[in-house]
Amino acid sequence: MDPKHLLTSRQMARFVNDGCLRFDELVPDDLNRAACAEMEQGLLGVEPMGTPFLSLWPGRAIKKVFCLPEVEGIIHSLVGPDPQYDHHAVHIVDAGHLIGQAWHADAIIDVRTTHFDIQIFYFPHDTPREMGGTMLLPGSHFRRVSETDIARYQNFVGQTPLICKAGTVVVVHHGIWHCAQPNRTDRRRYVFKLRLNPTVRQVRLWNTDDLDDPEIPVILNTKHKWYGNEGRIEVVNRIKFWRSLTGNDRFDVLHLLSRIENRPQRELQAV
Amino acid sequence: MVDRKRLLNSGQMARFVADGFLRFDGLVPDDLNRAACAEMEQGIERKRGGVSLSEMWPAPSAIGEVFRLPEVQGIIHSLVGPDPLYDHHAVHTVNAGHLNGQVWHADAIIDTRQHFDIQFFYFAHDTPREMGGTLILPGSHFRRISESDIARYQNFVGQIPVVCEAGTMVVVHHGIWHCAQPNRTDRRRYMFKLRLNPTVRQLRLWNTDDLDDPAIPGILSANHRWYGNEVRIEIVNRIRFWRFLTGDERFDVSYWLSRLENQPETVLHVA
Amino acid sequence: MPQLRQKLLLLYLHNADLNSQVVSWTLYDGTEKETHTTGDSDAPPYSSVLAAMRDGWRVIQFPQQFPAYPGMEYNTSYLRYEYILEKMEDTDG
Repeated sequence: MDPKHLLTSRQMARFVNDGCLRFDELVPDDLNRAACAEMEQGLLGVEPMGTPFLSLWPGRAIKKVFCLPEVEGIIHSLVGPDPQYDHHAVHIVDAGHLIGQAWHADAIIDVRTTHFDIQIFYFPHDTPREMGGTMLLPGSHFRRVSETDIARYQNFVGQTPLICKAGTVVVVHHGIWHCAQPNRTDRRRYVFKLRLNPTVRQVRLWNTDDLDDPEIPVILNTKHKWYGNEGRIEVVNRIKFWRSLTGNDRFDVLHLLSRIENRPQRELQAV
Repeated sequence: MVDRKRLLNSGQMARFVADGFLRFDGLVPDDLNRAACAEMEQGIERKRGGVSLSEMWPAPSAIGEVFRLPEVQGIIHSLVGPDPLYDHHAVHTVNAGHLNGQVWHADAIIDTRQHFDIQFFYFAHDTPREMGGTLILPGSHFRRISESDIARYQNFVGQIPVVCEAGTMVVVHHGIWHCAQPNRTDRRRYMFKLRLNPTVRQLRLWNTDDLDDPAIPGILSANHRWYGNEVRIEIVNRIRFWRFLTGDERFDVSYWLSRLENQPETVLHVA
Repeated sequence: MPQLRQKLLLLYLHNADLNSQVVSWTLYDGTEKETHTTGDSDAPPYSSVLAAMRDGWRVIQFPQQFPAYPGMEYNTSYLRYEYILEKMEDTDG
């Protein structure tokens, strides 16, 4: 794996902070058109869950998308070189479908802390706002909810609808809150979603040359407004996740965890 | 020694795991039904809980003969094993014209075991809807509540009143939510209830020849709808119960548990 | 002088969204015009809480949403999305 295709530590910090990363127009046009055609024709059938991803869909345009060096680099950095296929879906929102989907997190409530799955959203065609690209809630990935428990929420400060050009790839942490949006155009909207599981411990799988970049604690301390007063708790979760990803149990931001881990045992001799 | 062909099969066991009950229409022959009815009217001997079922109601007791029928013995063996304990019984009567339904409840007290008891509901006479056969909530047996905690509910989508001909046996998991119903006829309604406890580990007690039946995951994925968004948690509980019953700790349905149990520890050494 | 009495409608929803489907329902009628019991209907009186609101019912209690206690994530018990609605009705009407 060419290190130049791996994510940098700064990008990883952004993933840890936001629960997502986006790569605009990563996939070239000819592949977008071919992949679109495969989706429209329903050529991508369900595969057994847990299959090694590399073995799937040989020769298909969609597979070529995921074999692009940049995409392989993203995958390697997050879940390792030989992930398992969990499942995929061609998410379709019909023209004129005016009800947004309820906010939800995928699968079921997931208590893992040291391991995570990723979901890749691939937009094979231009997706303006009115077409209803997936809405994400950046920073929500640490909040453990059971699927549509969160259906009562409608709007959040800082919610991010995906508005993008063809070929855009967005990768999210499995826990992120999201929902499909209304499609107010006269064209059907497609997004290809793929979930991948790790087969290795997710430690320093990216290009760690910039691991000591002083921007990293700043990125991890960048709060999203929608969680209000819980900002510091959110940063604690990011610190813990960063420790797990780097193998550095002493990493900290602004002394937040070190302060409360400080329980010195050395007794001083009285004078 | 129970006759193997009288045991339940894996498909039936899966249905029991998903629904929390099984029913066997017209299982008991008419002459026995009439004799059992007569015994119920006169009163049926109780013993203290915890004696062996085999000691209960020796011949010429009709009720005793009902539970010694080979088919009933097969059901008992499949669920609680060959020599269960008598927990208690009750002759549940609802008088003619009793127009109030019983409140929803689960029997005994809140029970945190995977081991389980069963209850037989034996309808010795025809029980049309208006006579008020027990109302059962399929799929409710995993929900841990304390007896009539649930008295505030009245109706559920998919609730099932037992409407049946004489000789019908319904066998339920001890946790199932249920309630007696109004009797709008002019005849008293009887139902014989018997609770049994296992004396062996409930592991593959049924006829497991069809354990690999590909229909089983589908059966375990049944959606009774009244639990709404919690359907996936319900399936998780069924997977766990099926693992307990079969001894197969890797059994899964649609990857629900395997995904969460995927915590690989192989550390990759990135150059 | 109208004699108003409270009617309570408990609607249990598919998920927390007030527009989602009713999966269980209960009625208590303080006017004594109706009595309700278990199993007395096969279909809910309204398709959602929102539908009941549009018919004049007032929501008086929302379910509190508590995060799962560690180790309890896969436990199930009561139905989570219980909305309690009321109407005041005349006993003479």
